[in-house]
Amino acid sequence: MILLWIIIIPLLGGLLAWLSGRWSQLWPRWVSLISLAVQMALFLIILTEHFGEIQISGRPWLVQFDQPWISKLGIHVNLAMDGLSLLLVLMTNFLGIMAVACSWTAIKDRVGFFHFNLMWTLAGITGVFLAIDLFLFYFFWEMMLVPLYFLIGIWGYENRVYSAVKFFIFTQASGLLMLVGILGLYFIHGRNTGIYTFDYMQLLGTTLSETTARLFMFCFFIAFAVKLPVIPFHTWLPDAHTEAPTAGSVDLAGLVLKVGAYGMLRFLIPLFPKVASDFSPIAMTLAVVGILYGAILAFGQTDLKRLVAYTSISHMGFVFLGIFTWNTLALQGAVMVILAHGISIGALFILVGVIHERIHTRDMNRMGGLWATAPRMGGVGLLFALASLGLPGLGNFIGEVLVLIGAYQVSIPLAVFAGIGLITSTIYSLWMIQQTFHGPNREGWKVSDLTGREIAMMTAMIAVVVWLGLYPQPVLNTARESLNNLQQIVKKELVAEYSEGFISVKTGAP
Amino acid sequence: MSITDLFVLIPVIVIAATSVVIMLTIAFHRNHLMIFLLTFFGISLAFSSFLIIEPYVPHRITSLLILDHYGLFYLGLIFSASLVVTILSYNYLKECEEDHEEFYILLLLATLGSSILVMSIHFASLFLGLEILSVSLYAFIAYLRTREHSIEAGIKYLVLASVSAAFLLFGMALIYSELGTMELHQMTARIATISNPKILLFSGLVMIIIGVGFKLALVPFHMWTPDVYEGAPAPVTSFVATVSKGTVFALLVRYFTQMNIQNFNSLFIVFTLISIASMFVGNLLALLQNNLKRILAYSSIAHLGYLLVAFLASGSTAIMAVSYYLVAYFVTTLGAFGVISVLSGKDRDADSLAEYEGLFWRRPWLATVFTAMILSLAGIPLTAGFIGKFYVILAGVKSLLWFLVIIMIINSAIGLFYYLRIIVAMFTHPKSEEVPLIASSVSLSEGFILTLLTLILIWLGIYPSILIDIIEHLELV
Repeated sequence: MILLWIIIIPLLGGLLAWLSGRWSQLWPRWVSLISLAVQMALFLIILTEHFGEIQISGRPWLVQFDQPWISKLGIHVNLAMDGLSLLLVLMTNFLGIMAVACSWTAIKDRVGFFHFNLMWTLAGITGVFLAIDLFLFYFFWEMMLVPLYFLIGIWGYENRVYSAVKFFIFTQASGLLMLVGILGLYFIHGRNTGIYTFDYMQLLGTTLSETTARLFMFCFFIAFAVKLPVIPFHTWLPDAHTEAPTAGSVDLAGLVLKVGAYGMLRFLIPLFPKVASDFSPIAMTLAVVGILYGAILAFGQTDLKRLVAYTSISHMGFVFLGIFTWNTLALQGAVMVILAHGISIGALFILVGVIHERIHTRDMNRMGGLWATAPRMGGVGLLFALASLGLPGLGNFIGEVLVLIGAYQVSIPLAVFAGIGLITSTIYSLWMIQQTFHGPNREGWKVSDLTGREIAMMTAMIAVVVWLGLYPQPVLNTARESLNNLQQIVKKELVAEYSEGFISVKTGAP
Repeated sequence: MSITDLFVLIPVIVIAATSVVIMLTIAFHRNHLMIFLLTFFGISLAFSSFLIIEPYVPHRITSLLILDHYGLFYLGLIFSASLVVTILSYNYLKECEEDHEEFYILLLLATLGSSILVMSIHFASLFLGLEILSVSLYAFIAYLRTREHSIEAGIKYLVLASVSAAFLLFGMALIYSELGTMELHQMTARIATISNPKILLFSGLVMIIIGVGFKLALVPFHMWTPDVYEGAPAPVTSFVATVSKGTVFALLVRYFTQMNIQNFNSLFIVFTLISIASMFVGNLLALLQNNLKRILAYSSIAHLGYLLVAFLASGSTAIMAVSYYLVAYFVTTLGAFGVISVLSGKDRDADSLAEYEGLFWRRPWLATVFTAMILSLAGIPLTAGFIGKFYVILAGVKSLLWFLVIIMIINSAIGLFYYLRIIVAMFTHPKSEEVPLIASSVSLSEGFILTLLTLILIWLGIYPSILIDIIEHLELV
C-alpha cells in the first residue's frame, strides 16, 4: 500500500497546488514541497523497515503491491521496489524538490497550474520506476508526457511550442510502438501458457521465435532509445531541453532520460536476452558514437543551455554502453552515471536558469567575467563542470570509469573510443566555464550572487555528488542485488542456448 | 406479431409516440421549455423501459428485428447521446431566432431511425431505419436555414445520402438475386456454404460497403463530412458524428461479422484499403484546417479508420474493441461539440481556431473540458480514448494485423500534430487585441452535462472494468 501512496501523494499534491493557486502565488509552492517531503518520509520508512534486506541475495523485491485493475485482461496495479528502483525514486524525489525550489522566483505566471504539471510529471516518472505490470508501466510512461508537454509549451522560452510538439510526437509515437511489443508479448505468452497477463515476472522467459523476439525487442528499443536518447533518435532533446523552463529541463535531463535507461535495464534485456545479446555490438557502437557526437556538438554551441543539453547525449552514451555491456562492473557503473549525471546535469541547468534570470540571455558570446561579481556562482559552476568532465572524487568519475573498465573486458576498441569521450568532455566543460565566468566581461554585467535559497539547493546537490564520488559503496550495495537478479535472469536464458558467447556469461562478476 | 413482440418494442414505441405528442402539442401551443421537457422525458422513459424488457432479451420480433444484448447496448448508447444532444440543443437554440420546437421532432425521428438500425436483421428493416434516419437528418442539418452554409450542408448531405441509398438498394437486390433471401441468419447460412463469392454476390457486397461507407464517411466516400460538420449547428453535428455514425457502424459489425465477411480475402483487402486510406486522408487533411469543426470532421474520418482495424480483427475481442471504442468516441465527441455549442452564439458557431486562443486563461473550466476531450481523441492515458485505442491495438495484435497496427500508430503520431495545435491555441496567451468570443454564459444544465461527460471520460480511462464487464456479454444473436 505504501508504494501506491508514493504515487498518489504527488498526484494529490498537484491537484491541491492547482486549486490553491487561485488564492495565492505562494501556496502551490509550499503544497508541492510538503507533498514531496511526505513522499520522502515514506521512502525513509521503507528504507528503515527494509534496510537489512537490501543486501540479501535472491529476493526479487523489497516491497510489493499487487491489486487487480482490469482483471478481464489480466492487468494489475503491480508496483514493486528493489534496490535499483529505490535509488531511482529517491533521485526523482530529490530532483523534484530541486525543481520546485528553482522555480520559486522564476515562475510567476499561473503558478498553480505549473506546479500541477510538475507534480504529475514526477508522479508519472515515479510510477515508471515502480511499475512491474507492463500495461501499468506503459500507462505511466505515457502519463508523464502531457504535463511535461505543458511545462515546456506554456512556461518555456521563445521557441517553446515547436519544441514541445516535437518532444511529444517523438515520445508518443515511439511509446505506441512499445505498446505493440507489449501486446505481442502478452498474446504469445497467453497462447503458450493459457495465462493472459502483463506481469513482468511471468512474462520473463516467454518462448519466442527468433524473428518475433527481434521485432518485439525493436519495438521496445525504439521507445527507450528515443528517451535515452540514442543517436539517431536524439533530435528532440536539444530543442526540448533548451526551450523548457528550468524546472522542466531538470526533470527532462535528470529524470526522463533515465527512464529510458531504466527501461532497457529492467525490461528490454531481461525480456529478450538472446536477441539483445546479438544486438549488443551494434548498441555499444551506437553508444560510443553518441558519446563522441554529443561531445563534439556540445563544443559547437554558443547557447549555454543547448551546450548543457548536448552534454547529456554524451553522458547518457556511457549509461547506454554500460547497460549493453551487461557485466557487473559496467552495470554498476551505469547506475552510478544515472545518479551522478542526474544530479550534476540538474545542477547545471539550475545554474543556467539562475544566470538567465539575472542577465536574460543564454548566449555565451555575450557572457564572460561573471566570476568577479558572483564568485559563489562561479565556484559552484566550476564544481559541476568538473563533475561533468569526470574529475576523480566526484560521482560521475566513479560511474564512467566503472563503465569503461566493464566495456574494456568486452571490446577494447570501443572502450578506447569511449575513453576519448572523457577528454572531449574536459574540453567543452572547461571551455564553458571559460566563456561564462572568466575572460573579459564583455557587456559589463554586474550580477548578484547566489541567494540563500540557491545556495541551499546547490549545497544539497554538491553534497550528493561529492558523497557519490568519495563513498559510493552504500549506493553500489543498494543496487547490487537488483542488478544481480537481472543478470541471473539473463544468464538462465542464455546458458540454455549459448555455451559461451554473451558478454555477461563470459566475464561474470569480478 | 405477438404481445411480447410489442412489449419488447416499448423503447422504440415510446420514442415514436413522443414525437407524435410533440407534433400535436406544437399545434396547440408553442413553448420551447415544454417541448424540451417532453423530449427529455420521452427519451428518459424509453431508456428506463430497459429495466422491464431486459428479462425478455434476446427476443426476435418477426423476421425484421431482433433485440439482443448487443442491440440493447447500442440502444442505450443512442438514447444517452440523444439526451445529451437534447440538453445542448435547448441552450443552443434559445439564442437563435428560428422556431425551435420542430427541432426536437427531427431529433426524435433520427433517434428512432437509429434504434431500428441497431435492431435490424433484415434488409427491409435496415433500409427503413436508414431512411428514417437520413430523411430527418436532411432537415436537421439545414435547420437554421438563415445561416451561411446551412442549406449548402443540407443539400450536400441530401444528394450524397440519396446516392448512397441507391447503391445500398442495388447491392441488396444483387445479394438477393444470388442468395434468395434478405434475412440475416438465412444469408449467413447460405454464405457459409460459399467459399468463393460469385461476381454478383461480390459486387452486391461491395455496393453495400459503398452505401455504408458514405454514412460512415470512410475514404473515398468522405467528401460531404467537413462541409456538413461545418454547416450544421453544433448540436446537430454532434448527433451526426456520434449517433448516426455509431449506429451504422454497429450495423456493419452485426451484418458483416455474422456473415463472416472478413473471411473473403477480396473483401478483406477492400476493407483494409478503405481503413488505411481513411486513416491517412483523415489525419493529413486535418492538418491543413483552421476551422475546428472541420478538424473534428477529418479527425472523425481517421477514427472510423481505426475502428475498421478493430472490425477487421473479427472475433469476440473485435466486438469488445469496437464497442469500447465507440463509447469512448461518443463521450469524447459529445464533449468536444458540447464545448463548441456552449461557446457558440446567435449567428454562427465558435468554430474558428483563432477564437480559441487563450481560452484557458479566460474560461479555464471550458478549456479544461475541451483539453480532456482532445487528449482523449489523441488517446492519451487517463482518458477513455486511451483504453479505446489500447483495445483496438489489442484486437489488431491478437489477429496478427501487424501492418494495420503499424499504420495506425503512424497515424496516431500524425494526429497529434493537429490535436496539439488545438491545445496550444487554448494555452497561448491572448494577444493584446482580445478576440471577442461570441460566447454567452454557461447555463447550469450545460455545465452539469459537460462535467458529467468529463467525469465519465476520466472514469472510463482509469477504471474501465465496469464497462468491460458489460460489453463482454454483447453476443450477436
